[in-house]
Amino acid sequence: MKRFIGFIKKEFYHIFRDRRSLFILFGMPIAQILLFGFAITNEINNVDIAILDHSKDATTTEIINKISASKYFSIKQIIEKEADIESVFQKGHVKAVLNFEKDFSKNLIKEHRATVQIITDATDPNTANTISNYVNAILQQYQKDVNKDITIVYQIIPETRMVYNPELKSVYMFVPGVMTIILMLVSAMMTSISITREKELGTMEILLVSPLKPFQVIIGKVFPYIFLSIINAVVIVMLSVFIFKMPVEGSLFLLALESILFIISALALGILISTISATQQTAMMISLMGLMLPVILLSGFIFPISSMPLPLQVISNIIPAKWFIIIIKGIMLKGVGLQFIWKETMILLGMTVFFIALSVKKYKIRLE
Amino acid sequence: MVSISVKHISKSYKSVNALQDISFEVKEGELFGLIGPDGAGKTTLFRILTTLLFADEGTATVAGFDVVADYKSIRNSVGYMPGKFSLYQDLTVEENLDFFATIFGTTIEENYDLIKDIYVQIEPFKNRRAGKLSGGMKQKLALSCALIHKPKVLFLDEPTTGVDPVSRKEFWDMLKRLQQKGITILVSTPYMDEAALCDRIALIQDGKILEIDTPEAIVKYYPKPIYNVRANNMYQLINSLNAYEHNHSVYPFGEFVHYTDNRTDFNPDHLKAYLESRNLSNIHIEKTIATIEDTFMELAK
Repeated sequence: MKRFIGFIKKEFYHIFRDRRSLFILFGMPIAQILLFGFAITNEINNVDIAILDHSKDATTTEIINKISASKYFSIKQIIEKEADIESVFQKGHVKAVLNFEKDFSKNLIKEHRATVQIITDATDPNTANTISNYVNAILQQYQKDVNKDITIVYQIIPETRMVYNPELKSVYMFVPGVMTIILMLVSAMMTSISITREKELGTMEILLVSPLKPFQVIIGKVFPYIFLSIINAVVIVMLSVFIFKMPVEGSLFLLALESILFIISALALGILISTISATQQTAMMISLMGLMLPVILLSGFIFPISSMPLPLQVISNIIPAKWFIIIIKGIMLKGVGLQFIWKETMILLGMTVFFIALSVKKYKIRLE
Repeated sequence: MVSISVKHISKSYKSVNALQDISFEVKEGELFGLIGPDGAGKTTLFRILTTLLFADEGTATVAGFDVVADYKSIRNSVGYMPGKFSLYQDLTVEENLDFFATIFGTTIEENYDLIKDIYVQIEPFKNRRAGKLSGGMKQKLALSCALIHKPKVLFLDEPTTGVDPVSRKEFWDMLKRLQQKGITILVSTPYMDEAALCDRIALIQDGKILEIDTPEAIVKYYPKPIYNVRANNMYQLINSLNAYEHNHSVYPFGEFVHYTDNRTDFNPDHLKAYLESRNLSNIHIEKTIATIEDTFMELAK
């Protein structure tokens, strides 16, 4: 036990004396969560648009008022002719142009139909899509208001209700993802680097020629990172609850247990990486390419897994992060208990046991 | 009592035969030197004996334990100082020593008398990070760390490479004192002058042992009378000697050139005349005794 404590003390000296690793450990989680929470967002707010109104009658004025009254759009420019559409887009002042046809009101009353063209700048497809949906929604609302006295036979009225994240805040989606990335990065990359550093500096040679058993070296190496990762997880949850008002509907205790499970599986991956790489550089590259990319791309964090091609969907199953994201979304947003996420938990547990067994088996008690 | 026994050890990496059929024994309390140039296979041999590598063939025991079957017992009872400085550079002198004491299940105080002579020299810097020490001090710290658990056998792989001459001398004085405390020491070095300080030495080259004996005896293997030759122009002298038809060996050695002749009835005066004919002056030729380096060069031929 004294050996173990001595070893851990040494690990903490390493961590606290290396500014780079301190930065990765504590600077990055905070920076990432703030970045994702504030800067990177799918919502639209105060998008600048331009209006080209050929009618200038009561109806178009009313619609334009409704649009400018919403918090989503602000009317930046009123243009007079079709030729200006191109130039306002090119100047980049506006993201969309609404083009009302001539005699809008008259057409609406006489022919029961009038057209408004929504032209959006699709250099950013997601935003363009969102803008056109929002405008459509406002137009439909208007239509409903106008027709409220007339009864139309056979009408389907869809009533959409978004549950768990009714305001569609993107931070709800990013927090679980960022938490996963950070825990993965800190646990896997930092451990694999710290073990390969011993190899690179030659100190592993001395540790091997000592009475320390392999599992003592491994546990001694990963223990500080378990501890630091838990601190990180707590910081992330606190940031998201207090700054982004993200709810934690489910049990905090369950959330903590699941996070520890994920941390241990990531640490086991880190040890595995360190057994196959000889230098810190290699360990870092393998961690970044082999772990970070799949976590970002295939875990369902940014891109929905159900819309991926089948082979990628299959591959996504072997990524621990996918299961962890399902688990924390369940706990934080849906407030579910273990009875709803036991399957994901078992998968994660199975993976963890597998990684630990493999890395203990691959850990070399000799040099090659 | 035999402390280290090596029997017919061979080891090869892909295409290189690092060690070929190496056998020797080191007695308990002996200071045994492995003398050979870089790439001779010294480090490989150390790694096999410290249980870090498997030999392809042959067996070896250290402190009575087999290096393969009883590797755990060996790891408890030996001290190993690798050729590359292998301590934690971001830990201070004291933290390093404390760490190694702890993982061997002992304390600095418990074995302080063993390392005292060495440690007092670096103690003034005990709060300095190991990475910021000079070469000589690094080696003293590494030796202290290798000794802290009172090992029965001490393996030192090129401990004085890159260390200044004064520190080298101090280092060897320390080894002598450790030896008196009953510790068996296997040390490797590329420096021939250090070989003379060992009890027995093995000359090793290209993975083969050339000769094993005491430093005094090993020079007797030198087959020929050897001469110190000196002249006003060293470069010209070496060229001329190399061009001389009867030369057996020509090696620069400090301010002299060590010369041997391949004739049994060699007369130094003939050589002097030849060198004078090559426009050399101030020529001195005198008989000298072979050094370990001469012997090594001769055996390695």
